[in-house]
Amino acid sequence: MEDNKYLEVRGLCKSFGNVNVLKGVDFTLGHGEILTIIGSSGSGKTTLLRCLNFLELADKGTISVAGEELFNGEELKKGKIKDAQLREKRLHFGLVFQSFNLFPQYTVLKNVMLAPKLLKKGNKQELEEKAKNLIANVGLSDKLDAYPFQLSGGQQQRVSIARALALEPDILCFDEPTSALDPELTVEVLRVIKDLKTTGKTMVIVTHEMEFARNVSDRVIYMRDGIIEAQGTPEEIFDNPENEHLKQFLNSGKTI
Amino acid sequence: MNFWSVMYDLCMGFGMTLKLFALTLVIAIPLGLLFCFCSMSKFKPLSWLMKGIIWVVRGTPLLLQCVIVTFIPSVLLKIPNKDFAAMLNLDKMADLQFIFVLFAFSVNYACYFAVIFEGGIKNIPKGQREAGQVLGMTKLQIFFHVILMQVIRKIMAPMSNEVITLVKDTALARALSITEIILVAYEKVNKYAVLSPLFYAGAFYLAFSGILTLLFHLLEKKVCYYEVT
Repeated sequence: MEDNKYLEVRGLCKSFGNVNVLKGVDFTLGHGEILTIIGSSGSGKTTLLRCLNFLELADKGTISVAGEELFNGEELKKGKIKDAQLREKRLHFGLVFQSFNLFPQYTVLKNVMLAPKLLKKGNKQELEEKAKNLIANVGLSDKLDAYPFQLSGGQQQRVSIARALALEPDILCFDEPTSALDPELTVEVLRVIKDLKTTGKTMVIVTHEMEFARNVSDRVIYMRDGIIEAQGTPEEIFDNPENEHLKQFLNSGKTI
Repeated sequence: MNFWSVMYDLCMGFGMTLKLFALTLVIAIPLGLLFCFCSMSKFKPLSWLMKGIIWVVRGTPLLLQCVIVTFIPSVLLKIPNKDFAAMLNLDKMADLQFIFVLFAFSVNYACYFAVIFEGGIKNIPKGQREAGQVLGMTKLQIFFHVILMQVIRKIMAPMSNEVITLVKDTALARALSITEIILVAYEKVNKYAVLSPLFYAGAFYLAFSGILTLLFHLLEKKVCYYEVT
């Protein structure tokens, strides 16, 4: 396994009815790298992320992590993928949602601890200590016993990042993590993601925050109409874009 | 007419009312959940069958259902009710009548509950289920640890309506000679030629539904400790 192929996605296709949302997506990502996916709405970014997390099952293509093939569209057709297997594979990936999706009936601590407890990842004390650490890392130690409705959007999103990290996923995905937030709350969430970068977490981030994408990413993918139109380092994508659509896309934000 | 002896008999009648009420709830709530799962099943024939049953049960009077149930053993199983009672080790026909009524009530209320549960479950944002999925939880874990509490909170008001309606629906059981409170009251009216036993019976219902309203109020407070953002 080459180091730059920690995550390897090949020929991923997905259609809903007769709408082709992904038309063959290929990319690789190295261990500890951050990939951001940019592109206009409807370009397939979110669907790609949902396919990685198996919330949607791709029709064709493969997904491999650390050389292990987790998903193969051919096997899906043969009906070989069982629910239990899918759950196990899912644990390679974590997902932070645009709308947080915290469990409203549980406190911050319980939100973070629930899944590890149900999946029997350790005894209660260990899990509680670990959860408290994760919550401290996102700066919310004083909110352990608060319920989601008592938190701001930015705080909720930080809890949901801690919750996703609690299962120690190989790759953490973010689906427009700041799109539902005010600008001042956006900053606190982006800071947490930046901190995560220093811990060497491999991340895939769908975002509309171009400045953030430029600063934090190792690689950037520009998606349009279900395919990857351009990919490269942040410098290649943002400073010297060659693709016409990408140029238009980057300029569209500046005209206002 | 001796007031206290009438009161005593009415109390006995209300005991029967409460017995039917409580047993119906105990059976209909889990049965309703099962019906709800069947109706929401991805296996279409099961879902259609369940929806058909719910349509028939909700679309016909409970009184009619109570009467029809008494014919099930003799018509469908070709067993006379007397032998059927013996099979169930019941020494009194009244006990068999009670079982018929309980069956009709339980299935009837389970159908109404199923519709309420289904509405409640469908009302939970799909992000909640997906959050559970990406955290590797099983379907059952997601249901019991993520969805259920939120559903309970959402269905408190319609459930309290149904439960209070059930208290009063138990009066229908007199069609199968179950000696619930209204039947007892009628007997007294006929015997003493006074109307007052009917008013006393009404007072029983009123007091009990008052207690239930209070209980639901407390329960609602307990369940609604959080807000949905």
